[in-house]
Amino acid sequence: MTLAYMVWAIVPILVAIRFSFNEGRSRSTAQGWSTRWYWDDPDLSVWNDPSLRQAVYQSLELASLAMLVAVPLGVLLALALTRWRGRGSGPARFVSLFPLVTPEIVMGTALFLTFVHLFHFVELGTPAQVIGHVTFSISFVVIIVRSRLLSIGPEFEEAAMDLGASPRQALRMVLLPLLAPAIFASFMIVFAISIDDFVISAFLSSDARTETVPIKIYSNARGAPTPALNAVASVMLVVALLAITLAVVVVRLVQRGRGERARTVEDFAQLNV
Amino acid sequence: MRSRQWFWASFSLPGLAWLSLFFLVPFYVILAVAMGTVDPIFRFPVPVWNPLEWNTQAFELVLDELGPSQTYGTVFIRTTAYVAAAVALSLAIGYPVAYYIARHGGRWKGLLLLGLVAPFWISYLMRMLAWVNLLQEDGLVNRSLMWLNVLDAPRNWLDGRASTVILGLVYGYIPFLILPLYASLDRIDRNLLEAARDLGASRVQAFRRVTLPLSKAGILAGCVIVALPMFGDYYTPDLLSGSPKTSLIGNQINLYIRGGPQVTLGAALVVVLMVLLLVFMVYYLISTARLARELDR
Repeated sequence: MTLAYMVWAIVPILVAIRFSFNEGRSRSTAQGWSTRWYWDDPDLSVWNDPSLRQAVYQSLELASLAMLVAVPLGVLLALALTRWRGRGSGPARFVSLFPLVTPEIVMGTALFLTFVHLFHFVELGTPAQVIGHVTFSISFVVIIVRSRLLSIGPEFEEAAMDLGASPRQALRMVLLPLLAPAIFASFMIVFAISIDDFVISAFLSSDARTETVPIKIYSNARGAPTPALNAVASVMLVVALLAITLAVVVVRLVQRGRGERARTVEDFAQLNV
Repeated sequence: MRSRQWFWASFSLPGLAWLSLFFLVPFYVILAVAMGTVDPIFRFPVPVWNPLEWNTQAFELVLDELGPSQTYGTVFIRTTAYVAAAVALSLAIGYPVAYYIARHGGRWKGLLLLGLVAPFWISYLMRMLAWVNLLQEDGLVNRSLMWLNVLDAPRNWLDGRASTVILGLVYGYIPFLILPLYASLDRIDRNLLEAARDLGASRVQAFRRVTLPLSKAGILAGCVIVALPMFGDYYTPDLLSGSPKTSLIGNQINLYIRGGPQVTLGAALVVVLMVLLLVFMVYYLISTARLARELDR
C-alpha cells in the first residue's frame, strides 16, 4: 500500500518530465526524445523564449534575496525565543509561528492591500514579492533553528562562560559553529520554498517581468502550451532538489564529523536539523 | 541574570519588527479596507483607518448573502465540503502509509522517508500541471482507461468535476498530512505496545487501544495543517476545472481582490474566512506549543 502511494505520488511528475523531452509538441503522446524545449528550439524553448527565461530568472532572484534576509532574521528570532523566558516571549512565539498557519491567500491579500494603500514606498513587483517571501519564510527558519537549539542545550555556552567567556563570546565561538549546519539548511530550505511559492508571488507581482515560474505554469497550463512548460517546471524542480540535497549532504557531513548519529533524512522530514 | 534576559530578548527585535510591519499591520489593513468606502467615481477602495469611522456596509452585504442557498453561503458550504472530503481521503490514504513507515520501516526507513519528503520539494503547481497533462482528453489517464476497456470514449476530466478537484486537493496536500502523522507515530514508545501484547492483546487490539489513541494528537494536527491551506486554495479548481461550478472561497476572494470595484467585498470575505479558521489556527499553535514543551522535558 505504501508502495502504491509512492508510485502514485511520483509517477505523474516523472511523466511530466518525460514529456518535457518530447520531440513533438504533445504533452501526452510520446514523440521521441529531444532537448528541443530546453534550449534547441529558437523561439519556444526555455532558453530562448524571453518570457520563460525571465520567469526562471525572477524565481531565482526572489529565492536568493528572500533567503539572504529571512535566515538572519529567523536565526536571531529563534535564539531569542529559545533563551528568553520573560513575559513577552509567549506572544513573540505566537507571532513568529502565526504565518505558518495563515492561508496564503489571506497573507497575499493583506500584503497586496498594504503595499497599495499604506506602504506606498514599496512597489509591487520584486520588492513586494521579496518582502512577502521573507515574511512567510521566517517561521520556517525559526522552527529549524529552534529545534536544533533545543537539542544542543545550554551546556556548551555555560561551559564556555565558566571558562571566562562573555555571553557574546560564548555565542560567537561556541553556539554559532554548533548551529552552522542548521543555518545552512535553513538557507537551502528557504530557497527551495521560495522557488515553489505561487500565491504570494502572484498577488504581489506587477507585470509580466515579475512573473515567476509557478505563475507561468498557472496561466498557461490549461491553454495549449508546448512541452516548454514542462521543461521550465522540470528546471525549477532540479534547482530546488539540488538545494535540498546540498543541505542534506552538508548536514550529514558535519554530523559525521562530529560523531553524531546520522539519521539525517528522518531529521529533515521533521524539520529537525 | 536580568541583563542576560535582555541580551537574548533583544535578538528578537529585528524579526519581530519585520513581522509587525509586514504581517501584523497588513491584517489591520484588511480590516481598514473591508470597513472602508469605495471611491464613487473610480470605484477603487478607500481604506478607513480610524475604527470609530468604520463602515460596515461591506460586511452587511456579505452576511446577507451567507445563507445556505445564497451566493457566499453556497461557496462556503462547497469549500467546507470539498475540504472535508479531501482531508478524510488524505487521512484514509496517509495514515496507513505513515503507520507502515513508522512501525515497519526497518532498513528501508531512510529511503521511504525520502519518497515521502520528495513531493514537498516539488512545486504544487508542477504537481497540478502533471495531472492536467494526464487528465487531458488525449492524456494518459483516458488512454489507459480505454486500453483497459473501462472507458469506450475519452472522458473530459477537466470540465468542472468536483471529484477531480477533490482528488487534486488530496494529491497536492497529502504530504503535509503524512509527515506530521509519521512523526507522531514514530514517537510512540514501542515498549508500550510490547506491554500491551504481553498483557494479552491481539495486534488489532493493541493498535486500537494503544497506537490509535496515542496518535490522535498527530491526526488532529495533521488534519488541521492540511485543511488550513485548502480553505484558501483557488488555483486547484482553476487548473483542474474551468467551471464556476467548483468555485471555492479562494476563487471568490481572488476574483474580488485582483482589481475591479469589489475589493472591499473581497476584504470582507477574507475577514469572514479568517474568523472561521481562527479556531483551527489557534488550536494548531497551542497543540504544537504543548508538544514542544513536552519534548523540552
